[in-house]
Amino acid sequence: MLFLASDLISIFVRSIFIDNMIFAYFLGMCSYLAVSKDVKTAIGLGAAVIFVLGVTVPINWLLLNGVLKEGALAGLHPSFAEVDLSFLAFIMFIATIASMVQLVEMIIEKVSPALYGSLGIFLPLIAVNCSILGGSLFMQERDYTLAEASVFGLGSGVGWLIAIVAIAAIRMKIRYSDVPKPLRGLGITFIITGLMGIAFMSFLGINL
Amino acid sequence: MSAVETQVKEAKPLLSKKDRKLMVDPLNDNNPITVQVLGICSALAVTTQLKPTMVMAISVMAVVVLSNFIISLMRNTIPSRIRIIVQLTVVSVLVILVDQILKAFVYDVSKQLSVFVGLIITNCIVMGRLEAFAMGNKPGPSILDGFGNSIGYAWIILAVAFCRELFGSGKLLGFQVIPDAVYEMGYVNNGLMLIPAGALFVIAIIIWIQRSLNTKLEEA
Repeated sequence: MLFLASDLISIFVRSIFIDNMIFAYFLGMCSYLAVSKDVKTAIGLGAAVIFVLGVTVPINWLLLNGVLKEGALAGLHPSFAEVDLSFLAFIMFIATIASMVQLVEMIIEKVSPALYGSLGIFLPLIAVNCSILGGSLFMQERDYTLAEASVFGLGSGVGWLIAIVAIAAIRMKIRYSDVPKPLRGLGITFIITGLMGIAFMSFLGINL
Repeated sequence: MSAVETQVKEAKPLLSKKDRKLMVDPLNDNNPITVQVLGICSALAVTTQLKPTMVMAISVMAVVVLSNFIISLMRNTIPSRIRIIVQLTVVSVLVILVDQILKAFVYDVSKQLSVFVGLIITNCIVMGRLEAFAMGNKPGPSILDGFGNSIGYAWIILAVAFCRELFGSGKLLGFQVIPDAVYEMGYVNNGLMLIPAGALFVIAIIIWIQRSLNTKLEEA
């Protein structure tokens, strides 16, 4: 049991710092670049991403192992024992994600209209945020157990939040710097992200 | 790029000025990566080598063009409240097809691309073009728009991959191009190009060059 817990903590820390969605895999860059102009909005979007990732990865794990994998349907009828539907994984994942996003959208609209207003069109975009689908695909590729998958989903979300809040804060400061004109906006954001990525690489040596 | 233009022009003599604009605009003035800021995720992650990047560019092109075409055909029947789910379904069907084809014919590249083939579904270029163009235009122009944007995407990621493979491992398409003699003189491969951050720097430099040449793209 103790071994299991340390294993989970290791996955959690890894997914936040070492396998960070943004700095190691560039997943979710579109909304990362588009919504990182203001720290408050960034925190809101980051929280939404944590929630959606934390929920969809375990749900997709259940669907993958309970429905799609070879032999998963054997309980229904013996003739289904050889059915392997895992090529349908993409469509299943994206359906789960799209419906979860719809749910989050409705909750935020009810609970915090102000946040809803500032996130605006970016909420539906969480559905097409690569980091969400990426989380589920990595879960499938790395053969996690259910507990590992849940922890991995949460950790990736937290890592994404840290990244977007950090870049939003830096971009607010950089408004007062003298950046070469053609590099302003998008260009300098890329360079900063690269530098942050290098900084995050220093976590590589950590072994839990 | 002019070769592409003339080819299309010959094939379709009726290609109007507006249609040509659809094809040419995304190459520079309205490039999906450097101007519209779409599809960055996959652009950066697969570009350590030229070969997987080419496969990726072709796959994205197939998905963008076909999904633009299909959604444009269905645009009047899709209820706007559920349009994102409809679009995602069409796109993921196409991506599953691409994934199966890659697994069947170029298995090693497919392994190398791993999750990034699946991530074409959430590649913002696909959704962005569907939302911005295919939902409001006829199938013909939608196909052209798909081609234009995916070529705009392709040349950026190929340029990034070219720099990263050349400077990062001294090879192109897996063949060594920097002669041994240069290494003996003390030349060392640039390890920075191989780590994820290298891609960000290369793309920032491309943006820098592009915006210096094309000053109307500068941001305030």
